[in-house]
Amino acid sequence: MGKLRTIARRTFLIGSAAIAGGVAFGVWAYRRDVENPLLADLPEGAATLNPYVLIDADGITLITPRADVGQGAVSIQAHLLAEELDVDPSVVRTSFGPASSAYYNGKVSAEGFPLAAWDDGFVARTGRAASDVIGKFTGLHLTGGSTTVPDAYDKLRAAGASARETLKEAVAQRLGVERDALSTEDGHVIAPDGTRLPYTELAADAAALEPIEAPLRDPAQWRALGKPMRRTDIVAKSTGTARYGTDVTLPDMLHATVVTNPVLGGGMASMDVAEAEAMPGIVAIYAITDGAAVVADNTWRAIKAAQTIRFDWGPQDGPADNDGLWALHEAALDSGDRDSRFTDEGDVDAAPGTRLDTEYRVPFLHHAPLEPANATVLYTPERTQVWTAHQAPTFVAQQVAKVTGQDTEQVEVHNLQSGGSFGHRLEFLWVTQTAEIAMQHPGRPVRMTWSREQDMTHPFLRPMAIARGAGTTEGGQVRSLDLTIAAQSVAESQVGRLGFPVMGPDVAIVAAAWDAPYAIPDRRVTGVRVPATIPVSSWRSVGASHNGFFFETLLDELIHQAGADPVAERLRLLHHAPSRGVLEAAAEMASWDGPQPGPGRGRGVGFAFSFGVPCAQIVEVEQTDAGLRLTDVWIAAEVGRVLDPVNLDAQLSGGALFGLSHAMFSEITFADHAPEQWNYDGYEGMRQWQVPRVQVRGLGTTGDIRGAGEPGLPPAAPALGNAIFAATGQRLRQMPFARDVDFA
Amino acid sequence: MQVTVNGTSHQIEVEPDMPLLWLLRDELGILGPKYGCGIAACGACTVLLDGVAVRSCQVQAGDLDGAEVTTVEGLGTPEAPHPVQKAWIEEQVAQCGYCQSGQIMQAVDLLRTTPNPTDEDIDDAMSGNLCRCASYPRIRAAIRRAAQAEGA
Repeated sequence: MGKLRTIARRTFLIGSAAIAGGVAFGVWAYRRDVENPLLADLPEGAATLNPYVLIDADGITLITPRADVGQGAVSIQAHLLAEELDVDPSVVRTSFGPASSAYYNGKVSAEGFPLAAWDDGFVARTGRAASDVIGKFTGLHLTGGSTTVPDAYDKLRAAGASARETLKEAVAQRLGVERDALSTEDGHVIAPDGTRLPYTELAADAAALEPIEAPLRDPAQWRALGKPMRRTDIVAKSTGTARYGTDVTLPDMLHATVVTNPVLGGGMASMDVAEAEAMPGIVAIYAITDGAAVVADNTWRAIKAAQTIRFDWGPQDGPADNDGLWALHEAALDSGDRDSRFTDEGDVDAAPGTRLDTEYRVPFLHHAPLEPANATVLYTPERTQVWTAHQAPTFVAQQVAKVTGQDTEQVEVHNLQSGGSFGHRLEFLWVTQTAEIAMQHPGRPVRMTWSREQDMTHPFLRPMAIARGAGTTEGGQVRSLDLTIAAQSVAESQVGRLGFPVMGPDVAIVAAAWDAPYAIPDRRVTGVRVPATIPVSSWRSVGASHNGFFFETLLDELIHQAGADPVAERLRLLHHAPSRGVLEAAAEMASWDGPQPGPGRGRGVGFAFSFGVPCAQIVEVEQTDAGLRLTDVWIAAEVGRVLDPVNLDAQLSGGALFGLSHAMFSEITFADHAPEQWNYDGYEGMRQWQVPRVQVRGLGTTGDIRGAGEPGLPPAAPALGNAIFAATGQRLRQMPFARDVDFA
Repeated sequence: MQVTVNGTSHQIEVEPDMPLLWLLRDELGILGPKYGCGIAACGACTVLLDGVAVRSCQVQAGDLDGAEVTTVEGLGTPEAPHPVQKAWIEEQVAQCGYCQSGQIMQAVDLLRTTPNPTDEDIDDAMSGNLCRCASYPRIRAAIRRAAQAEGA
């Protein structure tokens, strides 16, 4: 079979390169324990048993190194540690810990390879295992790709178990008993006579011992994992006591904002600050990279003064507006140049049947988290401290060190929870800007906040993209499918901003299309790389965010042309049992009986396999006098074992609604080299009165454990578009849909 | 100028056009209300002004003399949450949580005027409050839960 041959050839290259390049050495080094970064700044009287457990007289701190941008990462990391450590995660403290390669993410690089996650063959597994080794060597302390749970699942339970057994060993030696005679409960070791010895009193002794490796508990013994959990941050976030980057308050702190050229790197020729300088509370105004900083004694005073500055920007190269940008994509498609063709089965050009040709478009999208970009920096020539929320704190330290001219080790990053991200907190421009400002005020902390207008007009965008689709149907079935996707490369743009080149094809351009687990006899998926112009970025579910729409809309059009049922034909074509399972589940939840449940109503199906998770959705819409109204969304996904059904529901529901909201209303457009949207009034999304009923089911029956932050998004937009087609007969091939239809 | 915030009286000398949001955050250090948009498009800054929910980014300091302001901190505490905050905890509404102070203040105002809101009442009252994480279904559930708890 063509597919297997292609995959084997590709993955062999990765596997052998990894093996020849140092896995033999790597296995040895990989098995060595990572250095414990908590030892570097260990407070007096504190002890640390491994990089995840810090104990002092005041209590226990669990280190949860993956960033929390709202997806509940702190809570699940704390619960994984606590399950084995036997502490109450709602009572102990949590900390993001220092920026350190010890907190490498082995899973995120695994997903960067073109290995279909449904492929459990030897070569695919070897390739992924090698990438875990690479992840360790490259030391990516990074949150992304829905990898927090897959990466932490064994690692944090093992850290908790090791700490627990080492604490027990300290008691065993003290009392002269066997470790097996001891038990643990709620932060205490229980001696054979029932005496309860708190971990806080044992930590110093335990830290002097060689850490003990302990087997993981059987899931049947779990107390918290697998059952509905209370998020560790839920009380703070419900009482206004949760603290974000915008809330950082330090003695003698200055408040700042910036205004910069809408074109990144475009520079600033001149500025007139006369009016701004005379305004109350202004401390200083000066040029920084690409624009100006305003420093004041209050954020509002800084923003108000900044709005009065008149600029002459530097050169603004590249396409000025959306027409020019679309033309670049059309030219790339017409050129015949290709970035990838991971899937080429059968012969799409010679496939028999009735032919269909279509084209689809999606716009640029901004992450636009509600907390505006901000950072606080305290610079001294000896040491720089940074307070910000970031998904890759080691990158922050490196980028700030470049600005200050210090060694990375002289930059300390205090990571914070974020008021949303959706990928935004992988960028760092506002942090380096704040470092530039702080260097002008040594010894004084500077908290810099972007105005919403600065934030909205200086985005790092989900790429706009065009897909050309074709296919044939024959005998009531889909026979062939040919999809060519043109987009800028997120990897090239984003990793390029960190100063690194990116080699080879960008899997994201074709993600969730090349590896869609459908057995279509003739199938081809081609990626076309559009030349880099506008900065693009990882936006929730990355390439799958557009390819779910492209692939599933094309497939739906073919199914309709074939005269087949949207559920039945997909089930016939899906060759991956868990993928069939989620579609069957969604159909059952919706009591699926065809795409037209009644007059003026329509139902659409969307399916995507992304981040290792098959997810199926059915959306129902109805026509009303005020326009189309979404009534229901049914979501089924297979993430493997469900660790927290509450948060699984929140993430899958949130991902789907985020996808629907942008599909309906949102786009960033360009005119005169700048985004035309300045605030949320120009970048609308779904509001409470437009939100449908949502039902979520996590199957939890099979496969490796997976993350849920992203996979809920890709099936949502096609399910909505297909539902609108079923209700109205109007086929929507360009997002946002509000261009062409009215929503109630 | 005198303003009472969460029961505490403050004498304040600031420019009359400083928005209440920034008076609270940067002058008084009350950080529950959040800056999201500055143009009343998101609701993250919602507080009660003399008992009525307002966007604090649109209220100017010069109009506040003698006013009583309640922020999310004035409703309840982590140890003793307000019934609406309790419903928010029990329904586990928050994801990133940044908008929730504003959502909660808006819900308090809704339940003050409409103790048993219909779905349409909830839609009308809450649609000015943006949640980028799309926690909307749980916001609705928490308002229903709070209404039932208060009615019981």
